[in-house]
Amino acid sequence: MQPVLIVEGLAKDFFLHEQRETIPSCSNVYLESREGKLTAIVGPTGAGKSSVLKCIYRTYLPSTGKIMFCDTAGQSMDLARADEHQMLRLRQREIGFVTQFLNCLPRKSALDVVAEPLVASGVHRTAARTSAGEMLARLAVPQRLWCVPPATFSGGEKQRVNLARGLISRPRLLLLDEPTASLDPGTTDLAVKLIETLKEDGVAMIAIFHQPDLVRRLADDVVELAPPVLVKDYNKECLS
Amino acid sequence: MSNKILEVRGLSRIYGYGCPLCVASTGPENDTNICPHCSSVVALHDVSFDLFRGEILGIIGESGSGKSSTVKMLYFDDAPTQGKADFFDNGQRHELFQQNAAQQRRLRNKRFGMVYQNPHLGLNFQVSAGGNIAERLLMSDVAHYGEIRRRAQELLLRTEVLPERMDQNPKTFSGGMQQRVQIAKALATLPPLLFLDEVTTGLDLSVQAAILDLILEIQQELKTAMIVVTHDLGVIRLLAGRTLVMKYGRIIEAGLTDQILEDPQHAYTQRLVASNL
Repeated sequence: MQPVLIVEGLAKDFFLHEQRETIPSCSNVYLESREGKLTAIVGPTGAGKSSVLKCIYRTYLPSTGKIMFCDTAGQSMDLARADEHQMLRLRQREIGFVTQFLNCLPRKSALDVVAEPLVASGVHRTAARTSAGEMLARLAVPQRLWCVPPATFSGGEKQRVNLARGLISRPRLLLLDEPTASLDPGTTDLAVKLIETLKEDGVAMIAIFHQPDLVRRLADDVVELAPPVLVKDYNKECLS
Repeated sequence: MSNKILEVRGLSRIYGYGCPLCVASTGPENDTNICPHCSSVVALHDVSFDLFRGEILGIIGESGSGKSSTVKMLYFDDAPTQGKADFFDNGQRHELFQQNAAQQRRLRNKRFGMVYQNPHLGLNFQVSAGGNIAERLLMSDVAHYGEIRRRAQELLLRTEVLPERMDQNPKTFSGGMQQRVQIAKALATLPPLLFLDEVTTGLDLSVQAAILDLILEIQQELKTAMIVVTHDLGVIRLLAGRTLVMKYGRIIEAGLTDQILEDPQHAYTQRLVASNL
């Protein structure tokens, strides 16, 4: 079967005008993602693991390389060159992103935060809230918290809300950036189970995990990134 | 593509005589929008973009960047010196700047909505809040008194203006409440396209948040396409899927809003994002 995503020779660097410097992030990245499989990206801090995910989601503009995505209709396109409207459409229907941190409005209830992606894709609010409740229950978020804004939640509770929100719309490709970062072992197991059901449903996933045992448990494929080669010692000027 | 509601190409506006050197000697590279040869102001030069149905587009930039001017041209508050804009409505294409005055008035009254930073521009302070909405409905040929009153009530309720204040003059309202009445008035004819020019600037934070939430809810309910002009990065982060960055009358960068905020390309955008509080 055709891979959902093929990344070929991807590199990202940042040009900072103020400092007149080019800062390399990831480079020479090759990876594939297939239906129902999880590809783990590993490597030391600063190797550009998150940058790869952000380039795929187009939060970052890739500097070089190809990111070929094959959508539900079988159409293939290069995300590195896709126009913004195409990206917005894909983000709504096909590509999901769960980050390390929950980014949400401090005045919205947990239930509405989780339901939001469904509402945005046209599901009626009542139905979306029902699904959101099911998701929260599966991740063992106590029901008394559902109607409270997540701002006051503990780190682990916030992270579960974040996961629920990222997993609710069952995208074709799901990007996970340390989705279990602040979870205790019990909740991590719940998250792992949920990720396994997504795999059974055929969702293709690319993930960054902090804990090596999660890579062992969940990954079908591992891609290792090397840290970028620094052409220049950036610290010299700053520290002198 | 049938999804397009607005296509703007090469929009330019020069205030003053305009000499052949105006364009070449202004812009971000020259750090000015005043022509050193003839003192004309190049408010807009070669502004082009598309807007899709139900989409929120942000335009960000400092004072004098041309962000408000862009919207003014499209709402016929001012006329461009050059450029074209096509508005696609019910399968028809309207060339905005080829329309006669009556056609332009019709579009303004029925198909476009505008919310200004200054409520005095959007509201008539001679009549009540309900009267303001009635005014707009009358102009778009709803003429039945009972119907107008019912619609006005509904709109004010939706924008969370207390119904008992419907017959009061908006003069007596707080700034946030005046903005709500302006939004209700702009939405009265359920326009497919809404312009919002610095609508939360100058309001206190809690009122800003409430107004922005309201705008988002309305967009989700009615699928209204919006152009949101602001100098506030927080506003575009919350509302806009795509963003244009303007400086000295030019678009210097365009992209997905999260990309503009996390991976800005232009030197000015990088400074702007870095100076965010």
